[in-house]
Amino acid sequence: MTNLTNPSLDAAALEAQSREFLVFSLGEEEYAIDILKVQEIRGYENVTRIANAPDFIKGVTNLRGVIVPIVDLRIKFHLDKVEYGGQTVVIVVNVADRVVGIVVDGVSDVMTLTPEQIKPAPEFGVTLSSDFLSGLGSLEDRMLVLVDIDKLLTSDEMALVEQASE
Amino acid sequence: MDITDFYDTFFEEAEELLADMERHLLELDIDAPDSEQLNAIFRAAHSIKGGAGTFGFDVLQKTTHLFENLLDHARRGEMTLRRDIIDTFLETKDMLHDQLDAYRNDEEPDQEAFARICQTLQQLALEEIGQGLEGAEDVPTPGDADSPGQQPATPEPPQAGAPAAEEAGDGGDQRLVVALIDVGDKDRALLIEELEQLGEIQAQQGNQACYEVTLITAVSRDDIEAVMCFITEPEQVQIRVDESEEAITAPAAEPAPEATLPGENTEAPQPAPPSATPAASRPDTNKNDASKTKASDAKPKKAKGSESSSIRVSVEKVDQIINLVGELIITQSMLDQTVSELDGVNNGNLLNGMNLLQRNARDLQEAVMSVRMIPMDFVFSRFPRVVRETSGKLGKEIELVTEGESTELDKSLTERIIDPLTHLVRNSLDHGIEPPEVREANGKPRTGKLTLSARHQGGNIIIEVSDDGAGLDRDKLLAKAQESGLSVTDTMSDDEVWQLIFAPGFSTAKEVTDVSGRGVGMDVVKRNIQGMGGQVQIMSARGKGTTIRIVLPLTLAILDGMSIKVGEEVFILPLSTVLESLQPSRDDLYPMAGDDVVLKVRDEYLPVVAVHEALDVTGAKTELNETIAVIVQGEGRRYALLVDDLIGQQQVVVKNLETNYRKVPGVSAATILGDGSVALILDIAGLHRLNRAKKEARHQQRPHHDLERRLHTEGEAS
Repeated sequence: MTNLTNPSLDAAALEAQSREFLVFSLGEEEYAIDILKVQEIRGYENVTRIANAPDFIKGVTNLRGVIVPIVDLRIKFHLDKVEYGGQTVVIVVNVADRVVGIVVDGVSDVMTLTPEQIKPAPEFGVTLSSDFLSGLGSLEDRMLVLVDIDKLLTSDEMALVEQASE
Repeated sequence: MDITDFYDTFFEEAEELLADMERHLLELDIDAPDSEQLNAIFRAAHSIKGGAGTFGFDVLQKTTHLFENLLDHARRGEMTLRRDIIDTFLETKDMLHDQLDAYRNDEEPDQEAFARICQTLQQLALEEIGQGLEGAEDVPTPGDADSPGQQPATPEPPQAGAPAAEEAGDGGDQRLVVALIDVGDKDRALLIEELEQLGEIQAQQGNQACYEVTLITAVSRDDIEAVMCFITEPEQVQIRVDESEEAITAPAAEPAPEATLPGENTEAPQPAPPSATPAASRPDTNKNDASKTKASDAKPKKAKGSESSSIRVSVEKVDQIINLVGELIITQSMLDQTVSELDGVNNGNLLNGMNLLQRNARDLQEAVMSVRMIPMDFVFSRFPRVVRETSGKLGKEIELVTEGESTELDKSLTERIIDPLTHLVRNSLDHGIEPPEVREANGKPRTGKLTLSARHQGGNIIIEVSDDGAGLDRDKLLAKAQESGLSVTDTMSDDEVWQLIFAPGFSTAKEVTDVSGRGVGMDVVKRNIQGMGGQVQIMSARGKGTTIRIVLPLTLAILDGMSIKVGEEVFILPLSTVLESLQPSRDDLYPMAGDDVVLKVRDEYLPVVAVHEALDVTGAKTELNETIAVIVQGEGRRYALLVDDLIGQQQVVVKNLETNYRKVPGVSAATILGDGSVALILDIAGLHRLNRAKKEARHQQRPHHDLERRLHTEGEAS
């Protein structure tokens, strides 16, 4: 981190480089996505099931006249406890010209992370390939998993986007 | 089909071009005119002239011709633009508009105004460039304008002795060099063919970038251009008089400065040359104009009547309105549901109001939808030409019959159906209909018959291309398919064999012809049509002919649906696919070899698709005598769908699932119900395929599936 000692990097420059993230929880873990991708946050309700879709695709819902698919990241990430209650929240994100809703356990806050606070993501296991991570955010005693939501939702394994081969 | 059918297209186009022209004229910076803008104005005038000439709108053509020449000078920088010149141009544009309106109302344009505008333009040309305009001999002389009492119905015919130098070729033969710039092989062949009909081709040479044809013809440049414009863009054709051989006719047709100018050519016998009135000074002309405008005030008023009869609106705007109306309908049915729970006695007024709202909303929806509908004539009218050209090239004699031109179809679909249909027609002409000799030998009339028809069936439109040709050759298709490595068997049904022609890269044509057998194949046709939510069916009889049937939904935006319930889930069936519904009795259900169950309905055995099995619905009724069988039709076949309940019929707004998600097997789209929830619209054929695929997968795991086993056990029990 030689950058820290670089006198040309003053506070203003740091400010300019820092990005804002929306922090949400899946079980005990804290994840974060780029806030610019977020369109809105709403409750989980009225989802129409789609037959023969992967289990983490809960179905589609009506978002003011637009049909939006709903993905449950808790199921995708193999969390033990998947419950739907008053706290269950859908984050509606805009990726690749599409609108997709993701189900999470809760939204906690919006954080600003400077480049220094973002560490490279380690090689991960099977459930969440590090391809879909933009890094790990360290904030005092908290660790945020920064998800590259674009890559994740358009990936083959999410089966959200029609692949050219089909 | 005659040429008048294209009038409306021309009017609309010309209207747009004039609007463009006006915009450019208004934006034009007089001190530093943008050459792109000048070119655009020139092109607009040129296109209108071309169209007007084709349709025989003489006055319009002549006016635009003069205008165009003037603009030509302007864009070459031979004329310095001034404010009053632009004003004159704008006035000319208004005049063109009036003339267009007159033609649209089946009237002759105001001859007086015509004469006046021609005079103004001539005047301008004389003053600014010191020369008259080519084509000027065709316009009425100022004498006409000065004596309005004179019969104005016919413009003064071109005076025999008014060669006006430049367009002398109009009368006799001339030698023209037609340069085709960047024209593809196919189009070039067509163009040369056209040219052959216009005159004698002396030589042709060149390459794709610039192919030159030397032509001796009596036809004027403009007419040639007008003909060519059908095939290619005006910019791709350049016509000039062959200067190498001046013997035949007058010099350069382009108004080159060295050509004999009318202004200098005073000895030329011109009885009443337009250029003979240079004395009339500009202010005079303007005064003249003003008084004349008053005098002819009555006429333009009549023309105004037609303006309100049609407006050009972008499709996006219409779509936006349709979407909004769709939302309105959803909101209305949501309200309706809430209100219906209220007590009718105390809320009579509210309920009445709701009824009224419902009716109005439906009417509004229907009215908005009808905006997008246009008759199939729009598509069919371009085929006589296709057939004439193609049959000529193939040496076949073909009669084209069109039926059901007034059948209406959504505009976005008409536009997209043109290409596939053209391909099918060409294919029929090339492969379907035999050469005259073969036909005679087979005891058929020499002239082949190609029928294009359109009709409504339920919520669909059925478009058919039928020929009375040789029909498809089953053996040849099979052999060819084997050759191309497709998996085929001799036991395939005819239907399946016919579908082979839609396989990518499949062509039975022995050799690639000009017309078909290469490039885009039938697979593209099929893909296009499926992309529109349609299907293609083929019916063919050896020696009798082939019919290709395209089934398309009338519109993609709204659907008459039947809502059904399976378990706790609601689905929509397109009403057009629903034939009937009945309570199946166990006696009519027969298990079939393997996994299938068929339902006997009036001596017909229909494959049974249990919706809850295909779509994994839990909690659905499984007792056969509790379910309802809905007999549906998809891709030409019938199925019996087992559902729990019929809820009712309703119009739904079709929402694409693929916008934010992906294609789902067995589901064609989604819609939003009255309570705001999403319901999936089922795709019958897709559902059946899905069912079969699932059964096959299940078959691997256990020999019998639920439904069939139940049939067996129930049968044993009884």
